[in-house]
Amino acid sequence: MPTRIQKQARQDTMLLNMGPSHPAMHGTIRIMLELDGERILNSEVEVGYLHRGFEKTCEHRTYFNLLPYTDRLNYVSPLINNLAYVMTVEKMLGVVIPERAQFIRVLMCELSRISDHLTCLAAMAMECGAFTVFLYKMKAREFIWDVIEQTTGARMTTSYIRIGGVRADLHSDFDTVLKKAVEETRLVLKDVHGLLDKNKIFLNRTRDVAVMSAQDAIAYGWTGPCLRSTGVLYDVRKAHPYLVYDRLNWEVPLGERGDNFDRYLVRMQEMEQSLRIVEQAAVHLPKTARGLIADGIEPAVAIKESRQRRVRKAIALSPNLEGSEGWRYPDILASATGYVVPPKEETYTSIEGLINHFKFFMRGHGIRPPKGEVYFAVEGGNGELGFYIVSDGTDRPYRLHLRAPCFHVVAALEHLIRGRYVADIIPTFGSMNMIGGELDR
Amino acid sequence: MEEKKILERLREKFPAEVEETASSLGDDLAVIDKGAVLPVMTYLKGKPEDYAMLLDLTCVDYRGEEPRFEMVYHLFSLTHNKRLRIKTRLPESDLLIASLTSLWKNADWLEREVYDLFGVNFEGHPDLRRLFMYDGFEGYPLRKDYPLRRRQPLIRLKD
Repeated sequence: MPTRIQKQARQDTMLLNMGPSHPAMHGTIRIMLELDGERILNSEVEVGYLHRGFEKTCEHRTYFNLLPYTDRLNYVSPLINNLAYVMTVEKMLGVVIPERAQFIRVLMCELSRISDHLTCLAAMAMECGAFTVFLYKMKAREFIWDVIEQTTGARMTTSYIRIGGVRADLHSDFDTVLKKAVEETRLVLKDVHGLLDKNKIFLNRTRDVAVMSAQDAIAYGWTGPCLRSTGVLYDVRKAHPYLVYDRLNWEVPLGERGDNFDRYLVRMQEMEQSLRIVEQAAVHLPKTARGLIADGIEPAVAIKESRQRRVRKAIALSPNLEGSEGWRYPDILASATGYVVPPKEETYTSIEGLINHFKFFMRGHGIRPPKGEVYFAVEGGNGELGFYIVSDGTDRPYRLHLRAPCFHVVAALEHLIRGRYVADIIPTFGSMNMIGGELDR
Repeated sequence: MEEKKILERLREKFPAEVEETASSLGDDLAVIDKGAVLPVMTYLKGKPEDYAMLLDLTCVDYRGEEPRFEMVYHLFSLTHNKRLRIKTRLPESDLLIASLTSLWKNADWLEREVYDLFGVNFEGHPDLRRLFMYDGFEGYPLRKDYPLRRRQPLIRLKD
């Protein structure tokens, strides 16, 4: 079937197919180009190569079970996706979460944002030929992901932020690891500024290339760093503060021209602001008096003992459940029962715990928000990441829709590359931070 | 003087078209008549309301209810820092609604997505084609009567 561009193409022009298997197209997008020499007369963007039916799948999963699917949306910053989904459900339920959990969420989300921006800019710089920058940024990202991995147990598929709080408390060595990651990232950012800011090759390919006006950016529904690069001040964290963002001290960097370079620069400055947030959040984080249970009895012993009598001693959990001990729940999870997974110690050692466990996981039980609909958005790596959930009162969403920020950004790609050279596609597309998992859902 | 709420102003401006207004969980929402989508949106986008941004556009399938489909629009005003949800119902027999492509540029892809997944037609859309699914895909996957596990691959799967 001929595409639109094939039908309307002039006789003397060339049609060129870019992607989906093109290294700069990140594997999941195809651009049909109508070329006059090197100039792009028209183009057509085809998406959907990574469409997995996210929304349809979610309609058939319970509120608790669908959390891992959100990891796979923007897979570079899964924690922010978790947060957006979880806070939408919390808005429906009206759950209040402990302050420490709020700070932990802010910490993890800002680390995710840094890793998101690092990945975007690393790929963009590499595609422009700056391989050193790519390696430096990947190095910084590894330090960030070390923190994330040690806290959540996974690098990308975290599922860490849960309805009612977070899955586990921070580990005892967290401060040291975080400090190292922040320091290393600062150094890398400084190096990258030195390598790219006045680099003629980079400037030629980004300065005044693919300029987006503020009006167009708004008309296309751009949000996030891309919108701010055009000089429009809109950051969900400032406009509709959630968690504890309004209690921390930070700024929103703005661009002036809305070209590729501004999108690069805004992301760079945003990382610095995120580091500021991370440092402050780590300082203001409410302290916990509850440490590990070092001298508790073994889980296997406790289960055996529970067959005869109620276990009244503290139970030491295995290291892979570290931080999720029942007695730490008040710090990291909402106290309202029925919204959070009951502690494992109780499930295995007492009948009440077992009943609570089944009540949570049984079909038709568990988290059942009241009938209604809700929209909630957080500031994702790419912009406003919103969930629209319609609940019919059962344990699974009647309809779940994701407002993917990069959907709106990529929709403007045709407009941005019209009249430019083929080579301009690469930095333009790179600066948009297209993430297939989120775009195609 | 207390400024009137957006929903009240909308009611006054379109007394016949606005069917219902409500505020739930801090979100303002208005249910309007299907035919009034374009005039209401044009009014909201212009000054003084200034809902300059179309945040989101989607559809919900209420199978078994009449009218069956509901279009949901999320607007955002940068100057007033407010979100607004506009909803309108579509009967299954007449799945045609005015396109917003003349007002917002991202409506192009958003409406293609809804057309692709729900089969709603948009009047005045310049290029209404499937967005995610391929040409020749049968049915509309996000409708409630489309089975979750139905497969229709382009290339035959290996056994």
